[in-house]
Amino acid sequence: MASGLDDHRKGAVVSDMVSDAARPPVAEIERSRILARFAVFDFCFRNLTRAAAIAVLVILGGVILSLVYGSLPAIRAYGFGFLTSQAWNPVTDNFGAAAPVYGTVMTSAIAMLVAVPVGIGIAIFLTELCPYPLRRPIGAAIELLAGIPSIIYGIWGLFVLAPFLQQHVEPILIAACGDIPVLSTLFAGPPYGIGVLTAGSILAIMVLPFIASISRDVFETVPPMLKEAAFGIGCTTWEVMRNVVIPHTRVGVLGGVMLGLGRALGETMAVTFVIGNAHKIAGSLLAPGTTISATIANEFTEAVGDLYTSALIELGLILFLITFIVLACARFMLMRVERRSGG
Amino acid sequence: MTAMSVVGAGAPVKVCVRGLDFFYGDSQALKAISLPLHTNKATAIIGPSGCGKSTLLRVLNRMYDLYPKQRAAGEVMLDGENILSPDVDVNLLRSRVGMVFQKPTPFPMSVYDNIAFGIKLYEKVSKSELDGRVEQALRGAALWDEVRDKLHASGLSLSGGQQQRLCIARTVAIHPEVILFDEPCSSLDPISTSKIEELIDELCERYTIAIVTHNMQQAARVSDFTAFMYLGELVEFGGTDHVFTSPTQKKTQDYITGRFG
Repeated sequence: MASGLDDHRKGAVVSDMVSDAARPPVAEIERSRILARFAVFDFCFRNLTRAAAIAVLVILGGVILSLVYGSLPAIRAYGFGFLTSQAWNPVTDNFGAAAPVYGTVMTSAIAMLVAVPVGIGIAIFLTELCPYPLRRPIGAAIELLAGIPSIIYGIWGLFVLAPFLQQHVEPILIAACGDIPVLSTLFAGPPYGIGVLTAGSILAIMVLPFIASISRDVFETVPPMLKEAAFGIGCTTWEVMRNVVIPHTRVGVLGGVMLGLGRALGETMAVTFVIGNAHKIAGSLLAPGTTISATIANEFTEAVGDLYTSALIELGLILFLITFIVLACARFMLMRVERRSGG
Repeated sequence: MTAMSVVGAGAPVKVCVRGLDFFYGDSQALKAISLPLHTNKATAIIGPSGCGKSTLLRVLNRMYDLYPKQRAAGEVMLDGENILSPDVDVNLLRSRVGMVFQKPTPFPMSVYDNIAFGIKLYEKVSKSELDGRVEQALRGAALWDEVRDKLHASGLSLSGGQQQRLCIARTVAIHPEVILFDEPCSSLDPISTSKIEELIDELCERYTIAIVTHNMQQAARVSDFTAFMYLGELVEFGGTDHVFTSPTQKKTQDYITGRFG
């Protein structure tokens, strides 16, 4: 800055011509001051975003640490047997996670089995086949479905869906599958109405909007020219979707499916209403069961003993691990698909 | 002698457009277009942006059908059959009238599958026959030597010019009768462009070709006939030499000499 002023003064002394030429340094000083201000702002901005990113890691690490710390007493008491034991007896402090883990996995599997094909079907219909005037209403309805609080799904499930399934669907399933080897086990026993199948059905309805609306959004990002190229060699809509649009958008679609699966695994309220909360693994999907989140929600207030509380926290840790493993598997699958198709 | 009678001599007509009007919603994009595409000849369609060149092309394989509110009126005869008639099977039509787009559009699959996919849609062929057809198509698009070692790499891993030739190979593989090129070189470098132009020249021996282009030299190089369009109307149609050396319309002359457009 000092040298700039010097130049300026010198210039003024020497001649008018030079003083003209010497004027820019002043502008440069002004500019470097503004730039310095920008640099400060940029510095703050960069560190703010970095702090935000680090906060995620800190929170995640904190959650894991506190889950592990909280479940230490239970881990010490039961070891790996906790995962295989079906026992759940607060009186004798005998706990096992097998039943809730089974329930969580089963209900989520049923939900995905129903919601993935239906959700992708809705998305295909909305992007490719639906008449224009209907697109917005149906799209809005799907998003509204996502906005319904889970407690409402819960009471609807208990008072409407469960009796409906009990009276109209489950008896038919039991009768129809009576003689088929595997299915007769899956659909056996009295139709309770509440049970694993009902919980899975509720979950399917709850995750459907996630899968449908995310799939629709990513389908819409496919360049029209790519679709036209496929239509241009004579493909039908099905062939275009199956061979071009879905492969092109698989990462996005899988993201939607994973978001849905994440919700299905962790959903608490609605499931607690309709699953029956029985700590045992039944072969039949019609029988009551429980899930990890339903168990925790039901029993946290009653968990008096340290070991009881710790067992519940360990359940939480297991749910966390299941979610993590599922996500990792999805990534891994995706990587293999990408490698096979070379990009 | 008018331009029409000069060019009408000899070559049989593969596609005959008669009195074609086209609408995007309420706005009319094509006004009473009539022109022939001669069998095994290349017809260039030139004109300033927005004159309806691409629209005309998209009528020839009913691509506009994919979008609501777009409609065509008039007649487009392909071998004497009106393809605008509602009972034409559009999938079958599009397998007879192939299209290559402005930008390369390889499907998200391997080089091999990009070509095999279209063949398998219509024909049941053995693995060895399919291999042969894929090779034949890639040779036909002058791409075989460059990709023979990476048939199972993704189509997206090729360069832009290679991708475009892959798209041409894909189109050729299903043995269409007509191939439509919609500015096929607009996103390519000069070397790739000249390869594609040579290719179009060769393809003329077996296919009827329509090519939309902004590049006047390209039109002159590759085409036998040229149609000049302006604001949705066909201003002039004739033999390429004729249109470029002695156009009958003042507008055509202004355009090809670069006075507007």
